[in-house]
This record gives sequence, C-alpha cells and structure tokens, in this order.
Amino acid sequence: MMLRVKGLNVYYDAIHALKDVSFEVNEGEIVTLIGANGAGKTTTLHTISGLLRAKTGQIMFMEKEIQNVPAHEILKMGLAQVPEGRRVFTRMTVLENLEMGAFARKDRSAFAGDMERVFQSFPRLKERRKQIAGTLSGGEQQMLAMGRAMMSSPRMIMLDEPSMGLSPILVDEIFSIIRSIHEHGTTVLLVEQNAQMALSIADRAYVLETGHVVLQGSAREMLDNEDVRRAYLG
Amino acid sequence: MVTVYNLIGGLQMGSIYALIALGYTMVYGIVRLINFAHGDIMMVGAYAIYFAMGTALMQAVAGVSPLLAGVLSVLFAVVLCVTLGVLMDRIAYKPLRNAPRISALITAIGISLALEISAQLIFGSGQLSFPTIVPKVTLFKVGRRSVNLLEILTLAVSVLLMIGLNAFVQTTRTGKAMRAVSEDQGAAMLMGVNVDKTISITFGIGCGLAAVGSVFYAQKVYYVTPLLGMLPGLKAFVAAVLGGIGSIPGAVLGGFIIGMAETFIKYYASEYVDAMVFGILILVLLFRPSGILGAKTKEKV
Repeated sequence: MMLRVKGLNVYYDAIHALKDVSFEVNEGEIVTLIGANGAGKTTTLHTISGLLRAKTGQIMFMEKEIQNVPAHEILKMGLAQVPEGRRVFTRMTVLENLEMGAFARKDRSAFAGDMERVFQSFPRLKERRKQIAGTLSGGEQQMLAMGRAMMSSPRMIMLDEPSMGLSPILVDEIFSIIRSIHEHGTTVLLVEQNAQMALSIADRAYVLETGHVVLQGSAREMLDNEDVRRAYLG
Repeated sequence: MVTVYNLIGGLQMGSIYALIALGYTMVYGIVRLINFAHGDIMMVGAYAIYFAMGTALMQAVAGVSPLLAGVLSVLFAVVLCVTLGVLMDRIAYKPLRNAPRISALITAIGISLALEISAQLIFGSGQLSFPTIVPKVTLFKVGRRSVNLLEILTLAVSVLLMIGLNAFVQTTRTGKAMRAVSEDQGAAMLMGVNVDKTISITFGIGCGLAAVGSVFYAQKVYYVTPLLGMLPGLKAFVAAVLGGIGSIPGAVLGGFIIGMAETFIKYYASEYVDAMVFGILILVLLFRPSGILGAKTKEKV
C-alpha cells in the first residue's frame, strides 16, 4: 500500500469540507478522484501534502503516519504534488523552477540525470530554460509544474487539475506525459474535473460529492455507471 | 562646487538609508509586513557598539589596536541584531502568520516601543557620545571639499554588502528559497522549503544590515539616544516605498535618491528637510504606489 487515507475530516472554520473521506492508492496504480467544483478534491490533496490539517483521521504514506508531518518534510518522504493552477515561480527562470523542485534532494549527483529526464519528457522546457517562467504559456507552465515535481524523484505524484484551461491538443499531450511518468514507476493520484480523460488512463476511481466519497470502483466500472455518466461525463 | 559638496554627503546618507531600507523591503517581500521596529534595531546596534567599546576587554584590545576593537564591536552589534531579528520573528510575528495583517502591524509598533523603552531603562534617555570607530582622517580633496575616511568607508562597505546580498539571493540555495517563499509560500512548502526557517533567516539578514548601518549613522552624528533609529528608520521606509517595496534593487535606488534629496534640500532649506522627505512619500503613494521598480499589485497596506 502506497497511500491510505482513513476517516479524514477537514474544516475551514465552520465549514465541514471533508466528511470521513477514506480511500487508498496501491503502488504502481493511477487512481483518480473525480467530482464537481467544491466537492473537496483539492482539499483532499492539500491535506495529504500537509498544506492543510485534518481535524481527525489518518494518512499513511508508505507505512508511515504523515497527518502531523510538516509539509516541507512530506516531499522528502517521496510524495510530490503539482498544485492546481500550476503555481510555478513566475519571477524565476525555467531552470530555477526545476532547481526548486530538487530543493529537498540530498544526493546532488542525481540532479543532472533528473534534469535530463525532465528535458526529455518536455523538450519545450529545454528550449526555454533561461526564460522567466511567468512569460510561458499556460500549457508550458503546466509542463514546468510537472517537471518541477518530477525533479524530486517522487515515489508518488499527486496532480491537481492538470488539464484546467488547456486546449484539447495540450490536454492530450499532458495526459500522455502522465502516462509516461507512470510507466517510469511513479504512482499517480489524479484529481480532475475532466472525468472522461481521467477515467481513460486511471486504474481505479473515487467520486467525491460535497465532501463525501459517494462511489468507488475500477475506472471501467465508472465509465459504465449510469449515475457517473449522467453527472460527470455528460 | 555646491553640487560636489552635496553629492558626497548624499552618497553617504544614501548608503545608510539603503542598508536600512533593504531590511524593510526583504521582510515585506517575504511576509508582507512593514516591520516598524526595524529602525529601532539600528538603534540597538548603535548601543551595542557603544556598550562593547566601553567594556574592559575592548579597552584592552583598543590599547593594542583601536581598529581591531572597532571591528570586534561592530561584529558584536551585527551578531546581536541578527539574533534579535530572528527572536523577534519567532516570538512576536510567527504566531501571527495567519492573523489579520493589522495585528502584525500593531505588534511591530509594540516591539518598536519596547526596544526604545528598554534602551531608556538600560542606558538612560539622554544622549551618549558615540565612540570613534572610524578615525577622522581626510583621504583626499575634491576642490575645497575634503573627503574623509568615514564617507568613503560607508559607501564602499554598503556597496559591497549590496552586491553580496544580490549574489546571495540570486544564486544560493537559501536565496532561491527566499525568492520562492516571497512569491508563493504554499508552492515553496511543496518544494520542501522550510518556510518558517526561511522567514527567520530573512529577518536575520535584514537586521544584520541595519546593524552595519548603525555604525555609519552613529559615527556620523557622534551620539546615541533611545530614539536614534526613529527618523532614519522612517526615511529608510520612505526609500523602500519609493524604490518599490519588496524589490531589493528598488530599496538601494530609493535609499540613494532619498539620501541625495535630503542632502541637497538641507543645503538650501534645512528646516524643511524632514517635511520634504515625507512629502516624497505622499507623492509616491498618490502617483505611483508600487514605487519605481516595484511590481504592480492591487493590494495595499
């Protein structure tokens, strides 16, 4: 078991944002959380990565409890997050952004190899490595955010709405990169509003609705499920 | 002649304001807080040098080498101010990270008063004469204006520190972490950056620079009082706003502009000098609130 979330309850002041959320991700899987805006998908990821704290519940990552570990330590354990809206460092160059991705790495020797691998996956970033990240297009910023997360050589990567705001061609490109990241041995937890795309590459899926997990199953089952089709696949 | 005369004085005051303005701007850049206690850190630095130079140990050292005694005293002040800066962040500001900004601002004013009153309790409220750290030596003359060692040293040390600071922020791991935190704390955390530690380091560096500023300022005026930091602190704040608060080159530029403006105004209308410096603040806030080099933002303090 790579990640196990059990009975998570998260509040924003008086608002109960996550209600007893439980799910798990096995090593080598692509698991997706789908659901409408405000269902609690981003809250879930932020709680796992330590940016938010749960009131109750347990998060196990690689057999260790992490619900009280500070955010900056969680990355070092091998769990990276590509946040919603990319959140690249817009005033830094592409190269500096990638260096920030490797900030927590102790073994400096692996740095050059990781950088080369990221440039192989994203040739466009290599061309623009001296450019200030704020001047990149949305698609390029998404690639940079993903490349940056890969620089920590994570065991597992959590992606929050990687397709948001991108053209269909770019969405295809981003998803084929997610697939290749996965093929290189990284476990993936994918949050998406684009349920069709997410289910097309995922092994399993959980459906979140107003803070509850209301449905779970294999991606195949979800695609065939009448309720899911009506609510999310339009 | 008048121009040369004022130019040298302007560069001297500009260096001092720039050193202090850097602390304001770095702290603002990383936590969006105007640390109104920053000028008082400079005052603490001046008292620290005064105190160190008066100790038996430094008197003995000064017997052998006055220069060494001066350097050691300044180092003592820098270490004390850096420590004070880190403690200030940890004890006073860190608990308020998620509080409304006005809370941190009021706290800053509280710390400012606490430092001033502490200095009054320890050293009394009167002026104390500041010891000679930089000997009064004329180095050369420009026309009839003699240029002394203090003026050259102030400019040289400040410029070196600014170049060093810029290199630190641009190239080192910690410097990049500071830039990352100043842009997006959450994203920096996701990169494995210890945000609280990075903020403390920023406070420490800013306060260390203020300590260096304190020796040059107190040496120029030749006294210390508990309110020593108030006016130069406020003017350095004006400099930081003028240059664009949050911008390091902006603080340097603003510092030199304020130093120059003040020196030239003083020559022609000395009684209006403070009013005119703060007039600059009003003009900047009215017509270009983001400052000369500052990024355009919608938020105001």
